[in-house]
Amino acid sequence: MHPAASLILFSTLSGAGFGLLALIGAGLARTTGWAGLAEAALAFALAIAGLAASTFHLGRPERALKAFREWRSSWLSREAWLAAATLSIMAITTLIRLAGLPALPLGLVGSALALATVAATAMIYAQLRTVPRWNHWTTPAIFLGHALTAGTLLAGHRLPAAILLAALAVAQFAAWHAGDRRTGATTRESATGLGPRVRPFEAPHTSDNYLTREMVFVVARKHRVRLRSIGLVLAYLAPLACLAIPPAPLALPLAALLHIGGTLIVRWLFFADAEHTVALYYR
Amino acid sequence: MTDLPETRSTKKLGLVIDLDTCVGCHACVVACKAWNTENYGAALADTDAHGAAPSGAFVNRIHSYEVTGDGAPRIVHFPKSCLHCEDAPCVTVCPTGASYKRAEDGIVLVNEDQCIGCGLCAWACPYGAREQDPVAKVMKKCTLCVDRIDNENLPEADRIPACVRTCPSKARHFGDLGDPDSHVSQLVEARGGMDLAPEQGTRPVNKYLPPRPKEDEIDVLAPLLAPVAEEPKGWLGWLDRALDRLG
Repeated sequence: MHPAASLILFSTLSGAGFGLLALIGAGLARTTGWAGLAEAALAFALAIAGLAASTFHLGRPERALKAFREWRSSWLSREAWLAAATLSIMAITTLIRLAGLPALPLGLVGSALALATVAATAMIYAQLRTVPRWNHWTTPAIFLGHALTAGTLLAGHRLPAAILLAALAVAQFAAWHAGDRRTGATTRESATGLGPRVRPFEAPHTSDNYLTREMVFVVARKHRVRLRSIGLVLAYLAPLACLAIPPAPLALPLAALLHIGGTLIVRWLFFADAEHTVALYYR
Repeated sequence: MTDLPETRSTKKLGLVIDLDTCVGCHACVVACKAWNTENYGAALADTDAHGAAPSGAFVNRIHSYEVTGDGAPRIVHFPKSCLHCEDAPCVTVCPTGASYKRAEDGIVLVNEDQCIGCGLCAWACPYGAREQDPVAKVMKKCTLCVDRIDNENLPEADRIPACVRTCPSKARHFGDLGDPDSHVSQLVEARGGMDLAPEQGTRPVNKYLPPRPKEDEIDVLAPLLAPVAEEPKGWLGWLDRALDRLG
């Protein structure tokens, strides 16, 4: 699949933002005073920046609000509702807390909504039977893992972040490994109904088209192993090393920055690695 | 409403495509592009049409495949457009309700005014039947030429999709696949019409008729022809033997 910059930025930044909001909501981050305000501002900035980036993926961004309509059947629509609900509830929660009042019950609701938003984002991909690599429960699991890990790093919890980073590294490695073997039931023979052996002889067109640009993306697979190694080091091992350094003021921010930077590469691979059944008609 | 229609009529309009008679001329592609550029919805646009890298939106495309295994290898031309699936995954993923399946005849359509161009329906389709228009930035797909089949201003012979009307080898057929007595259902019955990628669970309405098996004999008259001389005689024979002797 085509690794669109807008979707990579969206899922990475919003994921981190909603992950941090989940922690703030549950009272697991600084929630009062200037520190609390700064933490909430960072979470909102990340979530909203990601959502703004996602609109650049739309052909007609001026119609984006129409996406709220079909929440009954569409995961994309559900995601829009959950994101809006999370941001509203968490804004109220933050204001109450900054005023010095307790808001844990509302915060817990916001926290659950934040995680549901990340899960809904992942379900947009996981629901697609046409992309066997995504069509699996590991997709939401990995998205939620990234959101919680980034949130914990940004909230400044050293030991829990280290544990999450190590667990996520193992989980991502396992998900890649399992994804490599999941090719789906559709073959070129079943897709064309011809056989016993079918090979493309001539494409329908001389240059590329929307389908080949969007769904028959092949560049990444050549560098798959190298990119995965870089992703593993940057997203999980380097931040882990930062956290192992004795307490220094910059260790946690640096670890968070490395993790989010690495997540961009991992997310790039999430798209670039994934093969769509329509590629069977072309290659 | 992007749920699939709950109550449907028994009418299932669709195409039956004969892979045995398609000659790969692409006339249907041109007819489709022409009709859908001048009529229903946004024009099917091209980018750099006369330049070095022309590209554009088409909702009907012809692949060609080499099929090997049983007997002589053969080339099969393979027209591909929207299959108007009964369980269309492109419809349910749509966040705005722009993508819908028409209850009265099962045609899958896009309300272009409501399309935000997110592309999720194209991702959900296993067949590559939907393409985003490079200029209008909305999703385009086969409409079975709704503006022809319902159009009482056209002569009756023209009230069929443009691709079917134009096909010079009669490889494309249009009709009601929900009616077992229709000519398309009869064709499917007689020729073993098949679904593409049935394991995707989409239940396509369009059916493909498999290529008929080729006969082993190259020419029915071949046995009557005089056999070719196997041992050359005369001057050619001498030359053949002389050249052999040279090693």
